[in-house]
Amino acid sequence: MQKYKTYAAGYLFLLPWLLGFALLYMGPIFASLYLSFTSYDLLTAPKWIGWANYRTMFTDDYRLADSVNVTFQYVFLSVPFRLAFALGLALLLNQGMKLLGLYRTIYYIPSLLGGSVAISVLWRQVFSKEGIFNDALGLLGISGPNWIADPKYAIFSLVGLSVWQFGAVMIIFLAGLKQIPQEFYEAATVDGAGAFRRFWRITLPLLTPVIFFNLTITLIQSFQTFTKAFIISGGNGGPINSTLLYSLYLYIKGFSFLEMGYASAMAWLLLVIVATMTALMFLSSRYWVFYSDGRD
Amino acid sequence: MVARFPVKSFLFHVLVLGFGLAMLYPVLWLISASFKPTTEIFTTSSLWPANITFEHYVNGWSGLRNVQFGRFFFNSFMLCVFAVIGTIISSSLAAFAFARIKFPLRGLFFALMLGTIMLPGHVTLIPQYIIFHEVNWVDTFYPLLVPKFVGDAFYIFLIVQFIRGIPRELDESAKIDGCGWFMLYARIIMPLALPALMTTAIFTFLATWDDFFSQLIYLSDIKKLTVPLGLRLFLDSSGSSNWGAVFAMSVLSIIPSLVIFFLGQKYFTQGIATTGLKG
Repeated sequence: MQKYKTYAAGYLFLLPWLLGFALLYMGPIFASLYLSFTSYDLLTAPKWIGWANYRTMFTDDYRLADSVNVTFQYVFLSVPFRLAFALGLALLLNQGMKLLGLYRTIYYIPSLLGGSVAISVLWRQVFSKEGIFNDALGLLGISGPNWIADPKYAIFSLVGLSVWQFGAVMIIFLAGLKQIPQEFYEAATVDGAGAFRRFWRITLPLLTPVIFFNLTITLIQSFQTFTKAFIISGGNGGPINSTLLYSLYLYIKGFSFLEMGYASAMAWLLLVIVATMTALMFLSSRYWVFYSDGRD
Repeated sequence: MVARFPVKSFLFHVLVLGFGLAMLYPVLWLISASFKPTTEIFTTSSLWPANITFEHYVNGWSGLRNVQFGRFFFNSFMLCVFAVIGTIISSSLAAFAFARIKFPLRGLFFALMLGTIMLPGHVTLIPQYIIFHEVNWVDTFYPLLVPKFVGDAFYIFLIVQFIRGIPRELDESAKIDGCGWFMLYARIIMPLALPALMTTAIFTFLATWDDFFSQLIYLSDIKKLTVPLGLRLFLDSSGSSNWGAVFAMSVLSIIPSLVIFFLGQKYFTQGIATTGLKG
């Protein structure tokens, strides 16, 4: 009897989540799969059209091809830079010094600006032809392009924005660094290991679980980035589709053109891409992620 | 003992601060521009305004089409408050069940819950939109609030990991004292899980304050707009963008998050550190 009371308690505590899972996840997942085989404009009933959406996606939608291309460029440029940047600053800030809270806040401020439309102007101040970034390059004798208006380079201004807003990643790294037992470093110093060796032999291996976590989350998020591209391009992914990230194109298809069926099919393609990437990450992790409790 | 000037530490602070200021250049430019007269915003490059004016703050705050900008702040703020309350209650209930109560299918549900973290929001976006459209909730706050009251997988996971670090002997002795499950949850586990709850509260606040996508999709009536959407209005109206007002209101829009971040950071570094990310 006691056992069943415990079961009931468990399900009672879980009830809000269970309801949400059924109504906002489970149902919608199947609905979305169904819709991806239909033509649906929200106003008239969905019409079954078989594989037509998918066929169009793979053979007849050049904007989508551009969009996939841009998205992969964005992901593969921004993820490593963002992680390296966040890790570098976390290491710098993890020297057990005063004012840590202040510095942490300063470095987090760009992330707080997140969805403000002001960013589109700020970014022009930094990355336009006469922007401060080109001024800095000028000091090195390099004449930079217009990083925003030139379709060849516009993706870099998006990557720059992603790297600039690295705050959350840095904070997770900082928390991870705090967990590395200080004794390891003391022992290594006694054994005569230099700073570089200590980083390479202690910090990096012990940090791999956190790196893995950040890498996976950042990768998943980057494939879904919307706001940055929406704000920088004014909502159209221009110039010439050069900032048309996948989410932005999905939004345009679904909510501007009301092609809900097509947008659902796009969502499923995204799911397949993200799931594949995540699976690859997990497969690779056993070769480079080191868990100190010896669990595999 | 001769007090030595700590050269190394001094250089270190100069480096960290200097780099931080370089990172902040766009933000400093924003603050400076918000105090410059309109004619000087894009013509002078100096970060220190030659003529300081507060007109953008006055104009921006007075809003447009008879709606004050304060209204957008109020909307954003209320959304955040309810989102924080909803997320904390619902996520901690689910987390307590997963971490402390044994019931059939627990493992399955836990795996499904983790799966939803990986699921791109776009897959559920359109059917969710259709559901909210069918029940006439589009252009109300419900589509933004109701999902917060069913728990967020990321925070459930965070709190579960935290609760696992609390000794189980506490549960046993509480039970002997006649404590029921709910009392155990409310009186013993939750107070001990405070860092994880604070982390959840802070991140939920920051994310909701900054959430652009779902607010863009679901809200359109000017009286219901939030801060990020309100900022866009200064650009759309009558073709000529009022950048001064955008800058001024953008500066104001960062302040709540900044205060919350600065005050709350000691909690969430603790909170993250104990999520068991280390495996």
